[in-house]
Amino acid sequence: MHRVNTITEVNGQLNTQQHGLQKLTELEKHLLNDFQHNLPFVSRPFKQIAKQLGSSEAIVIDTLNKLKEQGFVSRVGVVFRANSIGASTLAAMAVPVSELENVAAMISSYSEVNHNYEREHHFNLWFVVTARDEEMLNSVLYDIESRSGHPVMSLPMLEDYHIDLGFDLGVGFERGQESGV
Amino acid sequence: MDVSVADKEFSDEYILDDIERKIIYATQAGLPLVTRPYDAIAEQLGIPMKEVVSRLRTMLQRGVIRRIAAVPNHYVLGYKGNGMTVWDVPDEKITELGQQVGKLDFVSHCYHRPRILPDWPYNLFAMVHAHNREDAMLLVMQIAALLGDNDHGHDVLFSQRILKKTGVRL
Repeated sequence: MHRVNTITEVNGQLNTQQHGLQKLTELEKHLLNDFQHNLPFVSRPFKQIAKQLGSSEAIVIDTLNKLKEQGFVSRVGVVFRANSIGASTLAAMAVPVSELENVAAMISSYSEVNHNYEREHHFNLWFVVTARDEEMLNSVLYDIESRSGHPVMSLPMLEDYHIDLGFDLGVGFERGQESGV
Repeated sequence: MDVSVADKEFSDEYILDDIERKIIYATQAGLPLVTRPYDAIAEQLGIPMKEVVSRLRTMLQRGVIRRIAAVPNHYVLGYKGNGMTVWDVPDEKITELGQQVGKLDFVSHCYHRPRILPDWPYNLFAMVHAHNREDAMLLVMQIAALLGDNDHGHDVLFSQRILKKTGVRL
């Protein structure tokens, strides 16, 4: 297990960053806003971004590093399509509150589990399992069921109707070319 | 080296080879923030830069890679009303309805998933993002209005906590 974020209280600690967006500089806003869909696919992408934004390559790299450190950018890189590598599913469980912490930690400990959310619902644990193949995927689900003593509901994606995770930060947002599928 | 990502060409049958797996493994947590990121990856993997770029381009064209981009963290950016909305719509209309919902600019992901009766009657999933829950509920009403009589029941599951969020590992 690596690169696991610290447990994040969505309604708690992040409130302190409520005004984070307003504090961003124009350059930071544009870096966040304009390159969510596509980074120029060239050997020096940050140089081209700098050119587009009237900045310098070094400043763009520095700023992206800073945005990453502050958590505004989760990563600058490759976004894979769900289900395109190996086999994956969205799984849900209804776990009694008294067992929630333990079961959630047990689920998160699997390297095959890359997202795990607590949600307000009878089905209160929702996690994404991605494995090399169907067989491995099923064995992880079975394992989680038998270790927790609770059934796992598996809801694999059957069809994808949308594509993009884009947010308009109010600086001339254009939806990416991928969104019209 | 501009790449137009043609999602239509996306193929379920695309099989990754070892080099592609290595490239995915090396890049999924992010590109190195250096002047020549693809050279850095090539050096790390001990393969020519041209090979890295051509494999990435192929995976983009085949839809294995959705995009290469700066991925914002919507929680930190102040989006705290993040709801997974789930809908029970007629199966025979789901493709048409899914495409309509998927086009809404506040919907980030929209999927058809199976019903598991009797526990789970919902077959259409749409993630909505707003600054708070009240605003998110307004978005849910917009989806309900769009679906009209095809909305045979829906629910919204707000995230309480992110317990784990990492890149995919293979």
